[in-house]
Amino acid sequence: MEHYLALFVRAVFIENMALTFFLGMCTFIAISKKISTAIGLGIAVVVVLAITTPINNLMYNYLLRDGALAWAGLPDVDLSFLGYLSYIGVIAAMVQILEMFLDRFVPFLYNALGVFLPLITVNCAILGASLFMVERDYTFAESAVFGLGAGVGWALAITALAGVREKLKYSDVPDGLRGLGITFISVGLISMCFMSFGGIDI
Amino acid sequence: MSLRSFMDGIAPHFEKGGKFEALYPAYEAIDTALYTPGHVTNGASHARDGLDLKRIMITVWMVAFIPVLAGSYYTGYHANEVMQGLGLTSVDNWRAFFLDGLTNYNPNSVWDCVVHGLAYFIPLYVTVFLAGIIFEIWFASVRGHEVNEGYFVTSILFTLTLPANTPLWMAAVGIIFGVVIGKEVFGGTGKNFLNPALTGRAFLYFAYPAQMSGDAVWVAVDGYTRATPLGNAAIGADYGVQWWDAFVGMMPGSFGETSTLAIGIAGLILLATRIASWRVMAGVLLGMVATASLFNIISSSNPMFTMTPQWHLVLGGFAFGMVFMATDPVSAAMTNTGRWIYGLMIGLMCVLIRVVNPAFPEGMMLAILFGNLFAPLIDHFVVQSNIKRRLARV
Repeated sequence: MEHYLALFVRAVFIENMALTFFLGMCTFIAISKKISTAIGLGIAVVVVLAITTPINNLMYNYLLRDGALAWAGLPDVDLSFLGYLSYIGVIAAMVQILEMFLDRFVPFLYNALGVFLPLITVNCAILGASLFMVERDYTFAESAVFGLGAGVGWALAITALAGVREKLKYSDVPDGLRGLGITFISVGLISMCFMSFGGIDI
Repeated sequence: MSLRSFMDGIAPHFEKGGKFEALYPAYEAIDTALYTPGHVTNGASHARDGLDLKRIMITVWMVAFIPVLAGSYYTGYHANEVMQGLGLTSVDNWRAFFLDGLTNYNPNSVWDCVVHGLAYFIPLYVTVFLAGIIFEIWFASVRGHEVNEGYFVTSILFTLTLPANTPLWMAAVGIIFGVVIGKEVFGGTGKNFLNPALTGRAFLYFAYPAQMSGDAVWVAVDGYTRATPLGNAAIGADYGVQWWDAFVGMMPGSFGETSTLAIGIAGLILLATRIASWRVMAGVLLGMVATASLFNIISSSNPMFTMTPQWHLVLGGFAFGMVFMATDPVSAAMTNTGRWIYGLMIGLMCVLIRVVNPAFPEGMMLAILFGNLFAPLIDHFVVQSNIKRRLARV
């Protein structure tokens, strides 16, 4: 149990997807103007990550990795070169389902997220979590906890950024830095604040 | 000719159309620092207090000199003590030129200690002040806003967070980063979201870790190493000081952070004048006590778990951060409930970083930056819950 808790905390704070690996930057920057939408997108990312990472883990362990097809009588087959293709396929399917779900049940969030919901498909944080899972050789339970933690960390980061950007609406930023420029600087400063967790070893 | 008429006499050169129009912010800053500004608000103003931004900032700046004096004394004391131990009769850098005539480097003489400490503080402060003000005035003249007294506070607080032996160029780089990236790119005083002094300090900490941490930087004698009590505590060694010594400041550390007593006096003045928010201070203290007590109950092989709240209070930058940094009105939470939450979060984070994170023995700076980062979000939720509660009453 403690092991999973440590893994979760590490994924949320120490190895934060957005602020230490700078993954998922496009949506991170584009959908962080308002706190309410940022929370919505954050939840969407948590859901997608928490589902796709364990599914990809199953797929990797029982279909793709070297010798994974032994249960089908093919112990010599190594399909891991199909990894990227399969992970992104799973993610795309998941996002499609989530989109239909939101359209039907949470229309305001569906409208607010707009084109960025389908774009979660190509959110690097989500593919990144699957690839980290493969690289670090997580078990099924570990990958579920890691996926959830990575999602929560990303959601926390985008919510904090949205809070800061709502405050910055009242700032007087030099012309050349308005919009994206100042957002990048803010993200850099926020990331410096998150360095307080760097080095924690659990 | 009085100073006032001199200032009035040169005023036309700096006003619109004058020769030195670009330098108007510098003129304005000096003028309003010396005299009460003459201009009045257009339209319906609602002044209800003589405590304006100018007076708030100048009060904080003056109060900060209490830790400056205490810090100078203890910096000088440690340097003198070590020099006596090593048998040195003079410092081996340019400061000797000034110090040899003024002091005997006697650790038992208050005068010798204060002067030796000031020989480190004054060059550091002058460098920091000048380096920062150049960029402040540059931005002000290009962007057409005023140079605010807030810079006095930023510069002195930044200086107080530095170890005495910090190279001057490094201090200059730090304050310039703090002023430009921490404040001016957002539009100047009141528009930033992180405390500019701490932004600069954190930048130095991550950019030049060798000069900003470790054991060699805390005593102002070249090449002499002595760990801070927090550094000792992190490796499970004896703290190296008694609690009362730590409370009055008799321990190695950055300039301003050592003397909890001096900081406490300054803090009381800030509270009495209602400049600093008591909610933030109380929140930070409470958060620290609660978290530290919790860690005390849990047993672990990590020696930091057993550090009691009263030690957390006197060691490292906790007291300094609580009184001067966390209460910064710009980067703290703005709502009353939010201030409590913000304070508690800083207290919790500070102990958490000190205890759990082996990479950083000190956590106050990062805890406050972390609090700054979440302050707008805390305010947002407090405001939303107020709206919801009042809607329910309609």
